[in-house]
Amino acid sequence: MYDFAYHKPKSVADAAAAVKKASDGKLMSGGMTLIPTLKQRLAHPSDVVDLAGVSDLVGIKVDATGVTIGAMTKHADVASSADVARAIPALAALAGGIGDRQVRNRGTIGGSVANNDPAADYPAALVALGATVTTNERKIAAEDFFKGMFETALKDGEIVTSVSFPTATKAAYMKFPNPASRYAMVGVFVAQTASGPRVAVTGAGPAVFRVKAMEEALAKSWSADAVANVKVPAEGLNSDIHASAEYRAHLVTVMAKRAVAAAG
Amino acid sequence: MSNVSKIGDRVHRKEDRRFLTGTGRYVDDLQLSRCTHAHFLRSPHAHARIKGIDTSKAAASAGVVAVFTGKDTADAKVGGLICGWVVKDKHGVPHKAPGHPAIALDTVRHVGDTVAMVIADTAANARDAADKIEVDYEVLPAIVDLTKALSAGAPQVHSDVPGNLCYDWELGDKAAVDAAFAKAAHVTKIDVVNNRLIPNAMEPRAAAAEYDRGTGNYTLHTTSQNPHVTRLVLSAFVLGIPEHKLRVIAPDVGGGFGSKIFIYAEETLCVWAAGKVGRSIKWTADRSESFMTDAHGRDHVTHAEIAMDKDGKFTGFRIDTIANMGAYLSTFATAVPTYLYGTLLAGQYTTPAIHVNVRAAFTHTTPVDAYRGAGRPEATYLVESIVSKAAREIGVDPAELRKRNFIAPTAFPYQTPVALTYDSGNYVPIIDEAMKLSDYAGFGARQSAAKAKGKLRGIGISSYIEACGLAPSAVVGSLGAGVGQWESAQLRFNPTGNVQVLTGSHSHGQGHETTFAQIVSDKLGVPMDQIEVVHGDTSQVPFGMGTYGSRSLAVGGSAIMKAADKIIAKGKKIAAHLMEAAEADIVFENGTFKVSGTDKNVPLAQAVFAAYVPHNYPIDKVEPGMDENAFYDPSNFTYPSGTQICEVEIDPDTGVVEIVHFVAVDDFGNIVNPMVVEGQVHGGIAQGVGQALMEAAAYDNATGQLLSGSYMDYTMPRADDLPSFTLGYKTTPCPHNPLGVKGCGEAGAIAAPAAVMNAVRDALAQVGAQDRIEMPATPQRVWAAINAR
Repeated sequence: MYDFAYHKPKSVADAAAAVKKASDGKLMSGGMTLIPTLKQRLAHPSDVVDLAGVSDLVGIKVDATGVTIGAMTKHADVASSADVARAIPALAALAGGIGDRQVRNRGTIGGSVANNDPAADYPAALVALGATVTTNERKIAAEDFFKGMFETALKDGEIVTSVSFPTATKAAYMKFPNPASRYAMVGVFVAQTASGPRVAVTGAGPAVFRVKAMEEALAKSWSADAVANVKVPAEGLNSDIHASAEYRAHLVTVMAKRAVAAAG
Repeated sequence: MSNVSKIGDRVHRKEDRRFLTGTGRYVDDLQLSRCTHAHFLRSPHAHARIKGIDTSKAAASAGVVAVFTGKDTADAKVGGLICGWVVKDKHGVPHKAPGHPAIALDTVRHVGDTVAMVIADTAANARDAADKIEVDYEVLPAIVDLTKALSAGAPQVHSDVPGNLCYDWELGDKAAVDAAFAKAAHVTKIDVVNNRLIPNAMEPRAAAAEYDRGTGNYTLHTTSQNPHVTRLVLSAFVLGIPEHKLRVIAPDVGGGFGSKIFIYAEETLCVWAAGKVGRSIKWTADRSESFMTDAHGRDHVTHAEIAMDKDGKFTGFRIDTIANMGAYLSTFATAVPTYLYGTLLAGQYTTPAIHVNVRAAFTHTTPVDAYRGAGRPEATYLVESIVSKAAREIGVDPAELRKRNFIAPTAFPYQTPVALTYDSGNYVPIIDEAMKLSDYAGFGARQSAAKAKGKLRGIGISSYIEACGLAPSAVVGSLGAGVGQWESAQLRFNPTGNVQVLTGSHSHGQGHETTFAQIVSDKLGVPMDQIEVVHGDTSQVPFGMGTYGSRSLAVGGSAIMKAADKIIAKGKKIAAHLMEAAEADIVFENGTFKVSGTDKNVPLAQAVFAAYVPHNYPIDKVEPGMDENAFYDPSNFTYPSGTQICEVEIDPDTGVVEIVHFVAVDDFGNIVNPMVVEGQVHGGIAQGVGQALMEAAAYDNATGQLLSGSYMDYTMPRADDLPSFTLGYKTTPCPHNPLGVKGCGEAGAIAAPAAVMNAVRDALAQVGAQDRIEMPATPQRVWAAINAR
């Protein structure tokens, strides 16, 4: 790890000021990606601004319209929240399947969405449920938020403060883990939302994406059979030693089918 | 007596208290005064010429004590790392042994090759400084694909090894094999890849070297399975420090699986540099370094054919293997695909004619050497894969075909056509027990039930033989080993009656502190808490050969038995004196010397006390003290055998293989501690399953980069990948060692790959894909096999 200046502000405003002032500042929430990256000397920020001291960012609010989760809320807290489990059970289940026990007790939703790892779980939930990302500056629809591999709509110094999920009548997430890392090699979140069925895929491509053909099929008939014959083109999907693009494309259909079945 | 243990008791491990409470003491835990820290700059390229190195900025960096390059070690005449086993090729010519400098001189030959050593006051400063070394590389083409390494036009790894061929070796009677094939009723052919594995010991390799300027003595604390061998190699071959001036200590060591047998560049350089800079030097590998520089395992490609008569009796077996050596020869690399592989190709069968040809190739990859099983897993995977394939082809149940070809229990000692003489075994009761425990007969119904829910279920058998307890010095010497293979033991009683058991073997997870204490407790009647097993320090224990090849109990335990016999013999003389009886009338039972036929007795502790306080003592006939050592050199290898039966269920939609049942029935000879044996079998099976379904060191063919260089990409088996194992035992005691033991440390890893893959192939046979799958049978590969056209 290279040297850097460490800041632990108590408010979002102070955090934003600190990161803007730094020559090459980096925000840290749970640090589950940043710390290993620093340890391997793959990043060399001038300043690390730790959000752990900003208590406003922690917490879960559930009302009739949906669930709002503070950016610094840990995956374990989302997973174990009875309110989340009642409002959007698929979301609690997804949080309970992120990483391992250690990661779930350090990693946060804000960190996960701001990092936008192509194999992260949360982006699939955000896009499928039509969530809204709130920052210290504005509100951004999930689909506009995730731009590409590790790329989001966030501007320099902009800080995610919460994520709001509308409820869905049906929803489920199915993940096929990478055998080694157990990140999502393909993760499919399906939801029957107020605006109709939505299918969002993580892990398979450079960033989360929707499968419109599946959504149309589900709009006609909400059933596993409806998506079973919808093939996703392999072109543009990720390919590595664990899964070719063709295999990932195939898994999208298999996981979508299973997610629909699980959603009931 | 309170807690005397018997051989065969399930005694809890004495060492677990410290391991489970975090009070073990590993190399990295050492706090040495004025200690410096080493960092090794590693090659980012698989093959490159070093046109220049500028270390001036690194040398001026904060806290730096010294920076050394290959030129410095060459100027100081630091010897190259050695390969300690000379394999002669089919013409009697010794293998090619290209130079292996501890720091690369002008060429790097694999990703992770050592380029420079930085020593600084802290590890962070050393690493910072290493970042400032400027190396001018001319990147050269690399060869990492084993199947092409020996082809014309392949990039050359060493200029003095034409065609990358280390040796071309053979064993067996080729003419007899050809004759058998000419008369064969059926021939089964197979091509298999034995995938390259990365050892992944829980504790990374580490070294801490001290130099005492007053005495000129060196001390190396290191993660070694064989500290005396490390000392011998560093002294006699590499550094020239006299053996009596170098102490090697391997304290608690967190797993080795073979990878810590070898003598590597890092500990060599730490010792050398400690003398050079006059300060202690410590180094602990990070996990990325472990992936790049711990000697890898396996890595064969093989074509084989087996000939059968009309009854399915094997009549001939021919094998052609290419084995990867990596970029340099690791310490015992040459022996693994030859004497530890070719000699096991008879398996449990009476195949009368076998011929194996092995070509060893250099590639631009991390050196390859012994890894849990070392050669025997490769042999077992091949033999058991082709036997099951043959059974399918001729339409005979694979268990039945095995039984038809098993060596009969009356045939021992059995001379195989590939050099070994099996000492004992009885294979049919083992496979019968495994079939019973796996409900082999009920498999058809389970397969149908699985099919009904869209799953492909398969069952696979692996009947292994292995040779362990390395072994008779004269035999291994005649095969090229540069060392003897006996073991030492010393029983050092203290005046108060407790005893230190010094062993030349080394425990790095095997539980010697318990099992060896059990042997002494059983044999001498000393309570377990009065026994301390000491190992791993060349200044404390007699010269010993260390732990590998499942040898410690069979060879080291036998040495302890010999030393205990000497204690009893001496004790009898003392007891006879104390009881005023004739020595011939003294018997030793349950820790007490008795005069036969009387109630007169002297407990061992009393005889020990008399030996140290010899006031009333036969001083004219017996020396004082109670301290006996023994060296044991066995007359043969030991031959554990067994059968594993694995049952899998494949999800054809995803290609995921689930192991639904796993049975292992072993003949390990007598068992000292069943609980420790179970642990060894469980761990071995887990590693075997890892090889079969998950693990693979992947290199990029174009660049030679290690693609599976972290746990993000190298798949280790985890608890939830494995079922609860069902274990069973059938015992034929080893006839030639005093404990009747055979060794259990590697059997699980030796047999499991074939058991799992035969099950996978059996499942895939339902869709005609049984010949399209190689290890590791990852979900992607299984899915691709099912969907290949």
